[in-house]
Amino acid sequence: MIIPDDLLYTESHEWIKREGENVRVGITDHAQSELTDVVYVELPKLERQVNATEPIAVVESVKAANDIYAPVKGTVVEANKALEADPGLINREPYGQGWIFVLKIENPDDLKNLKDASAYKKQIG
Amino acid sequence: MRLGAKMVPFAGWLMPVQYTSIVEEHQAVRNNVGVFDISHMGQFMVDATCGRDWLNSMLTNNVDKLDVGMGQYTFLLNDHGGIIDDLIVYRIDEQKYLLVVNAARADEDFAWLQNHLNDGSSLTSRSADFGAVAIQGPRTMALFHALFGENIDLPERNHIVDVPFDGTNVSVARTGYTGEDGIEVFFRANDAVKFWNAALEQGKPLRIKPCGLGARDTLRLEMCYPLNGSDLSPERNPIEAGLGFFVELAKPEFVGRDALLKTKEFGPREKLVPFRMKEKGPPPRPHYAVFCNGERIGEVTSGTLSPSLNWGIGMAYVSSAHAKIGAEIEIEIRDQKFAATVEKKPLYRKPAS
Repeated sequence: MIIPDDLLYTESHEWIKREGENVRVGITDHAQSELTDVVYVELPKLERQVNATEPIAVVESVKAANDIYAPVKGTVVEANKALEADPGLINREPYGQGWIFVLKIENPDDLKNLKDASAYKKQIG
Repeated sequence: MRLGAKMVPFAGWLMPVQYTSIVEEHQAVRNNVGVFDISHMGQFMVDATCGRDWLNSMLTNNVDKLDVGMGQYTFLLNDHGGIIDDLIVYRIDEQKYLLVVNAARADEDFAWLQNHLNDGSSLTSRSADFGAVAIQGPRTMALFHALFGENIDLPERNHIVDVPFDGTNVSVARTGYTGEDGIEVFFRANDAVKFWNAALEQGKPLRIKPCGLGARDTLRLEMCYPLNGSDLSPERNPIEAGLGFFVELAKPEFVGRDALLKTKEFGPREKLVPFRMKEKGPPPRPHYAVFCNGERIGEVTSGTLSPSLNWGIGMAYVSSAHAKIGAEIEIEIRDQKFAATVEKKPLYRKPAS
């Protein structure tokens, strides 16, 4: 299972990449391999303001609809439109073309609440 | 996101949702062959020495129509005509019947039958003694011969036969829950691992895949086969569920008959219908509300993205006025309405080959 060292993680299997004032968010390789076969992604609306752990997007497998949570408080500034035509990108490139949205973070200190790669690795065993 | 387990508790059993991927397993069954562990299903033996009248008074279909070695789909109803379980009854001897019931309802079924038992009949639960697998897919026949020998004949559709296997006898029924050719094989619980491994080994050249509950659900839903607990319940009767074909109202007596006669006379208030989404979008799921012209007309009981059609499909109970093929309905998904059409059964048909 791939868990890149330069990313942050949530307990709920989102990955977070710091990009200046923003964070890019997707779901981990572990999460996509448990889901298998992502068939639909509901993206967040641009400019939506969210709190940490608020449901913000939906990733649907054949079996079920799964909520994706905002990792920190912020405002949605980008959503990955490519997933509408090709939701399988989440399975094929969970850390690349399969990213889901970008948040402009309100307080960079909030990132301290997230897990690093070794803590996430420990969590999924 | 919150991850569900790949193994889930199911009626007291720990069952795999998927071995690899639901879509891959689904396609294996549509194109080649798949094997499902169905050991969780319940098996009862009925010895009806006083004839078949007792069994006929408990089930909706007519067991008198069964020759030895044949099976039929049927219902066990409560006094209000509500469905306790849907099952297959096989006549395995002149006066002996095998009932194969849903795992989640096996205890309830047994208690209900036991409470209604008459003097001339005996009922035994053999659920713990038997294991079972379903082998399903267009290459079933090839796997059957690889497992049992070239000179053994496959039973006919809905028939059951005893076949020797590795020093013991197993029962093979030509039945299934996928819409493909297939068999269900019953054996002593001790032989379960041996048979499972043999099927996978012999099935290798046929590109067999082990399949879990997830693929079982998408396969049966494409065929509009009902799932008890989702599409069937004690609050629904077989006529509402569109399964009146498996009810013989001409029989003089069976539990639930009076209620069904009333439903037949006045017409059901709601009916179970298959539907297909009109556009690409989120797949329908159980419990989503169904609307027509802004009015709530029902609820989805089963829904998924069909792996064969790559399209959202489902079944829903809707008020009878809207239960017509071609009716335009809407499914509410996360506060947004998506157009769908009531369809004919089955939702998936094999392309002519």
